[in-house]
Amino acid sequence: MLEIKQISKTFNPGTVNEKSALSGLSLTLADGDFATIVGSNGAGKSTLFNAIAGDFYVDEGSIFLSGDDLTYLPAYRRSRRIGRLFQDPMRGTAPHMTIEENLALAYLRTAKHQKAFFSRVSKADKAFFREQLARLDMGLEDRMRQPVGLLSGGQRQALTLLMATMVPPKLLLLDEHTAALDPGTADKVLKLTREIVEGEGITCLMITHNMKNALELGNRTLMMDNGRIVLDIGGEERKGLTVDDLLSRFRAGAGKALDNDRILLS
Amino acid sequence: MLYIVQTALELGFQYALVAMALFLSYRILDIADMTTDGCFILGCAVSVTCAAAGHPLLAIPAAMVSGACAGFVTAFLQTKLGVPSILAGIVTNTGLYTVNLMAMGWKANQSLLRQDTIFTLFRATGIGGDWYAILLSGAITVVMGAILVAFLGTRLGLSIRATGDNRDMVRASSINPTFTITVGLCLANAMTALSGAVVGQAQKTADINAGTGIVVIGLACLIIGETIVGKGSMLRGAIAVVVGSILYRVVYALVLRSPIPIDCLKLVTAIVVALAIAAPTLKSWAAFQARKRKALAARKEGR
Repeated sequence: MLEIKQISKTFNPGTVNEKSALSGLSLTLADGDFATIVGSNGAGKSTLFNAIAGDFYVDEGSIFLSGDDLTYLPAYRRSRRIGRLFQDPMRGTAPHMTIEENLALAYLRTAKHQKAFFSRVSKADKAFFREQLARLDMGLEDRMRQPVGLLSGGQRQALTLLMATMVPPKLLLLDEHTAALDPGTADKVLKLTREIVEGEGITCLMITHNMKNALELGNRTLMMDNGRIVLDIGGEERKGLTVDDLLSRFRAGAGKALDNDRILLS
Repeated sequence: MLYIVQTALELGFQYALVAMALFLSYRILDIADMTTDGCFILGCAVSVTCAAAGHPLLAIPAAMVSGACAGFVTAFLQTKLGVPSILAGIVTNTGLYTVNLMAMGWKANQSLLRQDTIFTLFRATGIGGDWYAILLSGAITVVMGAILVAFLGTRLGLSIRATGDNRDMVRASSINPTFTITVGLCLANAMTALSGAVVGQAQKTADINAGTGIVVIGLACLIIGETIVGKGSMLRGAIAVVVGSILYRVVYALVLRSPIPIDCLKLVTAIVVALAIAAPTLKSWAAFQARKRKALAARKEGR
């Protein structure tokens, strides 16, 4: 369970570039919740993710995950519990290391290996990696000794998704992770995301600019504006909601129309 | 000729450890570690001073520990105090000059006259005959290389490699880059100091200026090796630095025996280093020119 209480963050305080990116944002996600987030450019969606992942410390408020206080933990310690995918497929994997080594790195970070600096991957682990790679259905299980740099963006993103979820995290953050992929690959990665997240019951937050995906995937849809969550739709209310409904609800909640040149209304 | 080969092999193995350290810091961690020069002399000074005091064996681990300490200072400056990595190395290197003088008892050099060194001890066992120095230097380098390759396959080793490969990924995968950079630089500088320690005992002397420019030579060995052996796995990288180091010493020995005056040595070294580093670029440029000429000629014929 993720509990965010009244977090605020202002960048460049006291200068002309002062920007209040998060203002008193609160959010609670129950275990197994899969929420999509939409909002205008600069609404604070990515900033919210950065705050949860620990790229910066929030000015006010607190962040709890499964009862543990994350507010002042450094990023690398939070990432034991939080998996994260970025829009740029290049950010999630080490290009000069092989597929196997990348998976080993993700796998060896788990709790039981935490202090075992000199542990190595065993034959059994390798068989496990192979099995996991086969789930991606991209033929990567036969290329385990190739450097990741040789893979396409879609393959790298799928691999990153696997690395982030191979040992199920307490929370998964997906920051437009299909936006940089071609439509076919994006669909494939999205399908995989749904399979893994819903299959393992992982608590997940996903930023998207595709309104249709925002309503179809997961069990909750959040809309952000000006560093706040202005709309939170879940349960029965969400079923049968159309993209037009969502836009008019946003207008009512934020007091203005959703302006985002990248939002896909299809 | 045999003498040239013997010298090249012996020095090549001894200095290969510097190239191996740079393989770790420069190639894997992607940090240009300027501590190398001072750290090499530090290893040399500590080793020779210990041997002069009658502890040639203890001298080796002592030198390695002192090198690791130097690496730790550089790592601390750049990870905790925000000093840019090249500057951090230069700052440590500057400070090491005084530390090195201190290590030799405030003298600019230290010699071993009749004291035992690891080489005299090894020669006394009778193993290897005339080749004992090469055998011992080679064994040290090969063992160190094997340890390094094995280490890079462990969780910590993989984390260090990922730190140099993709910082963004590292932060998102519960690796503390401060820790991995620190371990990496300590290990790299321990290897540099080991090289200094072995060289010092082999030549029975330590000099405050003996390590000047060693970082450039190490880099040249690394790149010569990679040009010939190729890049790829960690094992290949470790073999490449040894091959590169020996080849560099062969060239060096040939230059020494050629009519080129000895005063020109530094210039020749610089040229060899520049050529070695430029080789991959020159090769691809030549390949492109050849392709272009061929394509243009074919086009002309077609008309």
